[in-house]
Amino acid sequence: MTYTALTTIIFTPLVILGLATVLTWIERRLLGLWQDRHGPNRVGPGGMFQAVADGTKILFKQDWIPPFADRGVFVAAPAIGMMTVLLSFAVIPVTMGAGIAGNMNVGLLFVVGMMGLGVYAVVLAGWSSNSKYALLGGMRAAAQMISYEVFMGLSLLGVVMMAGSFNLHDIVAAQTGLWFIIPQCLGFGVFMLAGIAETHRLPFDLPEGENELGAGFHTEYSGMKFGMFFIAEYAGIVLVASLVTTLYLGGWRGPWLPAGVWFALKTGGMVGFFILLRAGLPRPRYDQLMALGWKVLLPLSLFNVMATGTILMLRASL
Amino acid sequence: MHALALLAASVTVVGAVMVITRRVAVHAVLYLVVTLLSLAVILVMQGASFAAMLEVIIYAGAIMVLFVFVIMMLNLGHPDSAREKEWLRPRAWCGPGLLAAIVCAELLYCMGTFSGPARPFAPITAHDVGLSLFGRYVLMVELASFLLLAGLVSAFHIGRNRVGGN
Repeated sequence: MTYTALTTIIFTPLVILGLATVLTWIERRLLGLWQDRHGPNRVGPGGMFQAVADGTKILFKQDWIPPFADRGVFVAAPAIGMMTVLLSFAVIPVTMGAGIAGNMNVGLLFVVGMMGLGVYAVVLAGWSSNSKYALLGGMRAAAQMISYEVFMGLSLLGVVMMAGSFNLHDIVAAQTGLWFIIPQCLGFGVFMLAGIAETHRLPFDLPEGENELGAGFHTEYSGMKFGMFFIAEYAGIVLVASLVTTLYLGGWRGPWLPAGVWFALKTGGMVGFFILLRAGLPRPRYDQLMALGWKVLLPLSLFNVMATGTILMLRASL
Repeated sequence: MHALALLAASVTVVGAVMVITRRVAVHAVLYLVVTLLSLAVILVMQGASFAAMLEVIIYAGAIMVLFVFVIMMLNLGHPDSAREKEWLRPRAWCGPGLLAAIVCAELLYCMGTFSGPARPFAPITAHDVGLSLFGRYVLMVELASFLLLAGLVSAFHIGRNRVGGN
């Protein structure tokens, strides 16, 4: 292993953790802007150091494990959440040749697999807390995330069929003339909705739904263990945004500016859009969420696969 | 490469042993997940990265989550742990232990006699998997789809909301 590869492996998680921490402040400022209020603006210029203050506070809080909890699983759950998100970033191609394993031949499947394992963090947190609200949150999370994983996988099939590869590098390379968001607009919509449901963000944050479940699956968590769930959620937003950029918005491609800047701009725009969704939309009921998935998104994504296949076969036969 | 393969294999075996000796159902499922993940590592080393990813997505990521979900639904607690302890008495180990010993002896015998050349390392791509699924093994795929359809129909029948009693 070369020296540069090693430094990439060490620094990538640190950069993502830093980004996720800053994002907690950016989100609150943007929410303030869109909801016509100030948001955190006291600590440092424009409230910039709010994230540092929050981080310091949460690090010094008492780390309490409830006596009725299943100790081992209780401690492991936040670590699983953090690990699966950070591992997924290994295959994201930021620019040509950059990234830890950007050229992995099953890169897209790796990300889907890691997202699938990420369900354990929420479910195990809910189970091991041994309390009613946490258990209800964990059960909601299991059903919601397993269902939306199906639609996410199906919506990705269109992209894979057009690019002819699971390699994320090849998928970006296949978008030379036209970004996949235009021929795959249906898949894009389904993927966005499924991505929000997978990161259990508002409006789809029913596993934590604070007005009905206390705080859902992380009701019993405190201190830095809660902090890990929190940071993992923001890292998850960055992950879904960078996946959307790679799969549908042409990745690092764009005129004039360098490749890395384009990637950062597109990802940043998508993150902003996610925050806008949170600011603008109310939370649906749980049964509405599941009905939307199985009655609308599943047929839509199946239709998308069928239409893409038909068009590709017709084009090949001409 | 050899040392890594041995490490992954021993994690698989230890995980599998832990699965059958745990008394708390969720712990057993978690060890099963570890076993599946280390199996995926072995598959990647053999060049079958596509199969490895399917193993992670389907077995570890979906089926095992459903196991945990069902355990949560049934809310198995301490009485269950006592019952498991009852089941795990030494006498219960005789039958399975004997059968496992037979399989193990067979495996060791095969390893002793078979000494062909190592398979040249050739990655198996999604393309190869697709071609063999819909070419050579298409009958198996169709039979499996029959089975799944039957499962789906019976699940629908059992879960149906019966209007008007019974």
